[in-house]
Amino acid sequence: MKILLVIIGMALVTYIPRLLPALFLDRFQFPDWFRKWLQSIPYAALGALIFPGVLLVEKDQPLLGLAGGVMAFILSLLNLHITLVMTGSILIVILLQYFFL
Amino acid sequence: MESKTPNPEIKSNSQLVQGIQAGLPIFLGYFPIAIAFGALAVQAQFNWMEAVLMSLIVFAGASQFVGVSMFLTGAGAAQIIAATFFLNMRHLIMSLVVNDQMRHFSGGWKGFLSFFITDETFALLTLGGGDYQSEKRTPAYMAGLMVTAYLGWVSGTAVGGLGAGFIPPEITIAMTVGLYGLFIGLLVPPARKSLSYAVIAVSSMILNWALGLFVDTGWAIVLATIFAAGLGIVLIKEDV
Repeated sequence: MKILLVIIGMALVTYIPRLLPALFLDRFQFPDWFRKWLQSIPYAALGALIFPGVLLVEKDQPLLGLAGGVMAFILSLLNLHITLVMTGSILIVILLQYFFL
Repeated sequence: MESKTPNPEIKSNSQLVQGIQAGLPIFLGYFPIAIAFGALAVQAQFNWMEAVLMSLIVFAGASQFVGVSMFLTGAGAAQIIAATFFLNMRHLIMSLVVNDQMRHFSGGWKGFLSFFITDETFALLTLGGGDYQSEKRTPAYMAGLMVTAYLGWVSGTAVGGLGAGFIPPEITIAMTVGLYGLFIGLLVPPARKSLSYAVIAVSSMILNWALGLFVDTGWAIVLATIFAAGLGIVLIKEDV
C-alpha cells in the first residue's frame, strides 16, 4: 500500500511541473528580453546538468566521470555524430574500470 | 532532405520516423540503466509490476533511483514525494522551452507531450539539430522522439524487474557517463559557434557547483539555470 502511495505521489509531483507551462504558456506573448532568456535556457540547463554531476557518477572515483566527460568533449570537437560521442565516453569508462582501476 | 509531397499523411509519417531516429540514442542509454533500476526496485521489496508502474507514470530516472533508495532506508512516503518534487522542479523550466516550441499544437498534444520531458529529451529537442524553430516542430516528430526514449526506460525496467537481465555496476556507471556524453556532445557544437552560449554554459556550471555547496542538487540546478540563462538577456544581440 505504501509502495502504491509513493508511486502515485511521485507521479503527481513530477507531472505537475512538466504540465504547468502547457496550461498557461499560450496566453502570453513574451517580450524580447524574455525570449532571449528562454533561448539561453538549453545552454544554461545543460551546463548545470553536466557539472559537477559528471564527476559524481561514482562518488569514490571522480576520475571515471572526468575521463568520460573529456572524451565526449574531444569527440564533439571533431564534429562526430552524437551516438559516437556517447559511445566513446562509455567505452573509455568501461576500459578504465576493467583494466586500470 | 527536401521532400515535396502533397500528401500530409506521408509527411507526418516521415516526421515520426525522424523523431524515432533522433530518440534512439536516448533509448540505448536508458535501457541498461532502467534494467539496473528494475533490479534495485525489486531489492527494495517492490514487485516487478510496481517497478514498471513507477517507470510508466513517473518517468524520471534520477528521482526514481532516489525514491527507491529512500524507500530501502525506511523513509516515509511524504519525505520521498517531497524529495522527488524538488529534484524534478527543473522540468518546469525545461517545459517552458519545450512548450514554446509547441505553441501551435492542440492542448491535448501539449499536455500529452509535456509528460515526456526529461533532461535527455529536452536536450535533444533543443540542441539536437533539425527543425527546432517552433513553426517547424510537428507533434509526430516530438512524439516519435519522446515515446522512443520512454519505451527504452519502461522496457528496461521490466527486464530488470523480472530478473531477466543483469547489468553489472560497471556498465551502469559507464552508461550514466554516456548520458553525460550526450549532454556534452549536444552542448559543444553550438558553444563553439557562439561565445555567448559558451559563456552562459560555463557560468551555469560554476554557479551550479557553488550553489551545490549550500542547497540541494535539485535547487542548485534550477537556480543556476535561471541565473545563467539571464546572462543571455545582455549577451544575445540578434533578434530572436
